[in-house]
Amino acid sequence: MSEEGKAHRLLVLGAGVMGVGIATLGIGFGVPVTLVDVDRAKLDHARRRVRRELKLARLMGALPEGAAPGELVTTVSVEEAAEATVVIEAVTELAEVKAAALAKVSGLVAPGTPVVSNTSSIPIDELAGSVARPEDLIGTHFMNPPYLIPMVEVIRGRRTGAAVEATLASVLARLGRTSLVVADRPGFVTSRVLHPMINDAIRVVREGTAPPETVDALFEGCLGHRTGPLRTADLIGLDNLADSLRVLHERTGDAGCVPDQLLLDKVRAGHLGRKTGRGFYDYGGNPS
Amino acid sequence: MSTPQQSTAPAADVIAERISRFLQERTKTAWAPDADLFASGGVSSLFAMELVVFLEEAFDIEIAGRDLRLDNFRTIQVMTGLVQRLRESEADDRD
Repeated sequence: MSEEGKAHRLLVLGAGVMGVGIATLGIGFGVPVTLVDVDRAKLDHARRRVRRELKLARLMGALPEGAAPGELVTTVSVEEAAEATVVIEAVTELAEVKAAALAKVSGLVAPGTPVVSNTSSIPIDELAGSVARPEDLIGTHFMNPPYLIPMVEVIRGRRTGAAVEATLASVLARLGRTSLVVADRPGFVTSRVLHPMINDAIRVVREGTAPPETVDALFEGCLGHRTGPLRTADLIGLDNLADSLRVLHERTGDAGCVPDQLLLDKVRAGHLGRKTGRGFYDYGGNPS
Repeated sequence: MSTPQQSTAPAADVIAERISRFLQERTKTAWAPDADLFASGGVSSLFAMELVVFLEEAFDIEIAGRDLRLDNFRTIQVMTGLVQRLRESEADDRD
């Protein structure tokens, strides 16, 4: 049977924004998903969020017509990984946290099962030393929300095997995504270019050149961007953006990647973007 | 004499007024009943999800299946019709 026709079970580690989004994508395309987190309350909340995000995906016409949704299992036990045909780790964007999660799960799955780290900026080879089989480790950078954005940036680490790269491509195709493979450098392509640019857009706002609405309107109206940089920042999550910029700065030395003071102030105030209902924009206090 | 179902189902103008107030609060813009919210210069399509959540909570309805289409949320008029229809079908379900 081809990989695309194969019955998959997706294991997602981490019930944060990206974990929930990736779980929603799997379920929406009829693939059963096991969502694992250490926090039981977060899993209960995730179940409601998946339900809501499935509605959004349907509303936007992003799911196959008439497909029965996949089953969602939530659990605090990573041992469930033994049944998985693909594992996607989507825990906090800190190398040591990711390494610990990947170390644990990689020893539980069958050889040849793609162990995927979803990251916006951490080089995959930095994590390869922590896993049971480095040749089965590969990176993805899903954009948010994963079910509305049809393309995925895939990162081939120095030790990633060709077989796992091919398997992942067919799994992503099964989930209706196209993918492009890039080399393993801090921030890969999209974050390396986009995140310092968003940081500059934040500086422009702090310096009073223009408010967020005007900056975004210029990017959308003059440059044809679908979403301006500040709205994009709110979608990424301002804490995640600051973490990613730090990763980039530590590894490239690019001074443009030092998180702007206004970004840090918003993170400190708990205004993290859409997920908390407020960031550069006000979403009516409704986390979404 | 009115039945409990009739007394709990709000009239079209009440529904429209409540939706209109929500939109004005959230978008800082007054919208005509037939104005297309998603037309150029309107709200982002992600805002549609806020509309779904608002309508479900404010009018105690469930919007699902074929009703989850952007076209059902384009104007205040269309949303009012959707709320009325779902309220009626839920009342029927209780019969």
